[in-house]
Amino acid sequence: MSESSGSAPPLGGPSGHPGALQENLSVDSSCFSPAVNFLQELPSYRSIARRRTTLLSRDKQSGILLKPADSCGSHLEGEITENLNSQSIRKYALNISEKRRLRAIQETQMKYLSEWDQWKRYSSKSWKRFVEKAHEMTRHLELWREDIRSIEGKFGTGIQSYFSFLRFLVLLNLVIFMIIFMLVLLPVLLTRYKITNSTFVYIPLKDADKQCTVYPVSSSGLIYFYSYIIDLLSGTGFLEETSLFYGHYTINGIKFQNFTYDLPLAYLISTIAYLALSLLWIVKRSVEGFKVNLIRSEEHFQSYCNKIFAGWDFCISNRSMADLKHSSLRYELRADLEEERIRQKIAQRTSEETIRIYSLRLFLNCIVLAVLAVCFYAIYLATTFSQEHMKKEIDKMVFGENLLVLYLPSIVITLANFITPIVFAKIIHYEDYSPGFEIRLTILRCVFMRLATICVLVFTLGSKITSCDDTACELCGYNQKLYPCWETQVGQEMYKLMIFDFIIILAVTLFVDFPRKLLVTYCSSWKLIQCWGQQEFAIPDNVLGIVYGQTICWIGAFFSPLLPAIATVKFIIIFYVKENSLAASGNGSANDEVSCGPSLPWTLVPASLAAAPRPGTSLIMFYFIALAGAHKRVVMQLREQLSLESRDKRYLIQKLTEAQQDLRDQ
Amino acid sequence: MGGSGSRLSKELLAEYQDLTFLTKQEIVQAHRRFSELLPRDKQNVEDSLRERVSFEDILSIPELKANPFKERICKVFSTAPSRDSLSFEDFLDLLSVFSDTATPDIKSHYAFRIFDFDDDGTLDREDLCRLVNCLTGEGEDTQLSASEMKQLIDNILEESDIDRDGTINLSEFQHVISRSPDFVSSFKIVL
Repeated sequence: MSESSGSAPPLGGPSGHPGALQENLSVDSSCFSPAVNFLQELPSYRSIARRRTTLLSRDKQSGILLKPADSCGSHLEGEITENLNSQSIRKYALNISEKRRLRAIQETQMKYLSEWDQWKRYSSKSWKRFVEKAHEMTRHLELWREDIRSIEGKFGTGIQSYFSFLRFLVLLNLVIFMIIFMLVLLPVLLTRYKITNSTFVYIPLKDADKQCTVYPVSSSGLIYFYSYIIDLLSGTGFLEETSLFYGHYTINGIKFQNFTYDLPLAYLISTIAYLALSLLWIVKRSVEGFKVNLIRSEEHFQSYCNKIFAGWDFCISNRSMADLKHSSLRYELRADLEEERIRQKIAQRTSEETIRIYSLRLFLNCIVLAVLAVCFYAIYLATTFSQEHMKKEIDKMVFGENLLVLYLPSIVITLANFITPIVFAKIIHYEDYSPGFEIRLTILRCVFMRLATICVLVFTLGSKITSCDDTACELCGYNQKLYPCWETQVGQEMYKLMIFDFIIILAVTLFVDFPRKLLVTYCSSWKLIQCWGQQEFAIPDNVLGIVYGQTICWIGAFFSPLLPAIATVKFIIIFYVKENSLAASGNGSANDEVSCGPSLPWTLVPASLAAAPRPGTSLIMFYFIALAGAHKRVVMQLREQLSLESRDKRYLIQKLTEAQQDLRDQ
Repeated sequence: MGGSGSRLSKELLAEYQDLTFLTKQEIVQAHRRFSELLPRDKQNVEDSLRERVSFEDILSIPELKANPFKERICKVFSTAPSRDSLSFEDFLDLLSVFSDTATPDIKSHYAFRIFDFDDDGTLDREDLCRLVNCLTGEGEDTQLSASEMKQLIDNILEESDIDRDGTINLSEFQHVISRSPDFVSSFKIVL
């Protein structure tokens, strides 16, 4: 086999050195194993490599060859003239001095080219340089680019993907708020502050409707300082009159010079627009990871090679992160090996053992359902209690009791979300699943729990609003007396839930993690503190937390248009708080349970698609549409893989026939 | 170019940009970090391009310090006759292969060389055993048991050894890597 350039010395560094042998091998691996050296010529390999290169690198060159390894002398010049664009020199697996020599050779070759080819080469080179520069400039515009890069460098790609998901949510909420602002808030503000020459239009209502839309805003006589705090925290009082809540938008239209802007319609359209946008954007983002995860979890194809050869994250530079990664890899490998052994054991299970296991599982699932039912009932009670007592004179209550009553549903929901994962984790041990399945089922149950609690809250409110013991609701379809403006009150509940969720995240990060870190640094002599104190950045929990927050935002955004703006600010604050707590504690996450770090968050994102403005059929519909979309991509990819495999097969059969012919001719 | 003697010339920068996958900023940053490892009197441009840094100094940079493959990386990229030191261009080569935009082919080629502990051109059971031990940790108690190791290596060879000769050569390695979704994102070093 010839070298890539006829006149240069062997491209392999100093001769007589193991390194040279190495380099030669990369060219002439055929010397050592004739059977498989054409793996790189397989059509499937070439097209995968071509696709990966166009995605990742700045070159759009096709036909990736490290060296023109299969070129004989006659093709040599043609090969080199083809690859004359010097960008391709980068792709040679040589060190810099050798690449320089190769480039010099190519440049002398170039002298024999026509003017036209020279000009073509020069212009494509400068075009590529320009495109690179443009890419670099647009990269600078990315929000938090340096922060996330440094997190990736210090803590690895798993944690980095959490922060980049957080950034995505910030942008999503910002865009949602822009949509709402453009369509709803802007015309109102323009008219109110007389910037444009437009007036409000109040469409006259029929008598019955008038009763239903009358909304007495409560204003208390004596104003205490803490009532402002309470109002801020619960969305009542002065906040009710602002544009924070749906009830504020009583205007029916805005009359501009040429047309009347229908505000209710705009409100509805903006809702549909931002929901559709969120769905599309999330599906687009999550399909990649979902797809990869589906294939990986269903086929166990090459999972060991992937873990061993691509398992170490070379970005890690922190000693403790490295230790965590070591232990996480150890854990994963052991878990995989164990799972394989368990699978073999399961295949050998007797029928009576199977019956025993299945009845045990049934029993434990009933316990899980019982736990869920208890939580839901608790939420129902708390919401009912809170709603009833809110109607009483709030100013008469003591400050603490006041707040407790208002936040009771949120407190109960958060407590339930905290306790149930622990319970589920304990239960699942007895169900005798393989370790990977155990973890996935636990996470599924926790996600279901979180979303179901929001549904229960909304459902309870709905039932309270429409419950009536006399003819009070015949007029308007809901309990007009108790809930004169029910949309605002649902919005208030969502607002409270969001604020409380935010407070809890801050409180846990500041008042639990930080003292823990201090304890570990200063009292490290105590073994107990050492064991308990070394907390890690649990990626699944954190991702679940922010997905939950985003779900609240989506549900509440219809009733409280400014909620996305609040969510944006909330996520920005969470970003900085988490980043600093990570920097302070300097720990990553161990036991990346579900699978390798990078694609972990995406398994949970589709769950968030289950959020919809109203619980019910649209919820299920959205989820299944997204799932169908993801599956369709997987099917397409598998079909493509099949066709690549068949092309490989044809190629190999052809080679085999040629080889047999050569053998016969000899 | 005016200014201090510790800046690279424009032509040199352009040349390095052509020959590696690094951006101009990354090359300048790499030069700065490399010069910091040199002794005080050798930190100007001409010397920094000629001098070599010993392994102990290179291995002390934070990006490599925690890496279990750091000795292998340095050995693979070193062009010194005794293979025990790195020049600035070796350092650039290193960063180029580990950069964002390097092609998967380049990365898998060098990954193969890094994982080939005995430098014989194939990954045999011994190489794979040492590779797994690097991944799981350095202590005695962190290594897998003998039976687990055997089960693991059997699985790896079953997935990747196509010609069933008990070793993985470069082609088989690159073939396996091409189907591995995580490789490109984990085989990265960010300065």
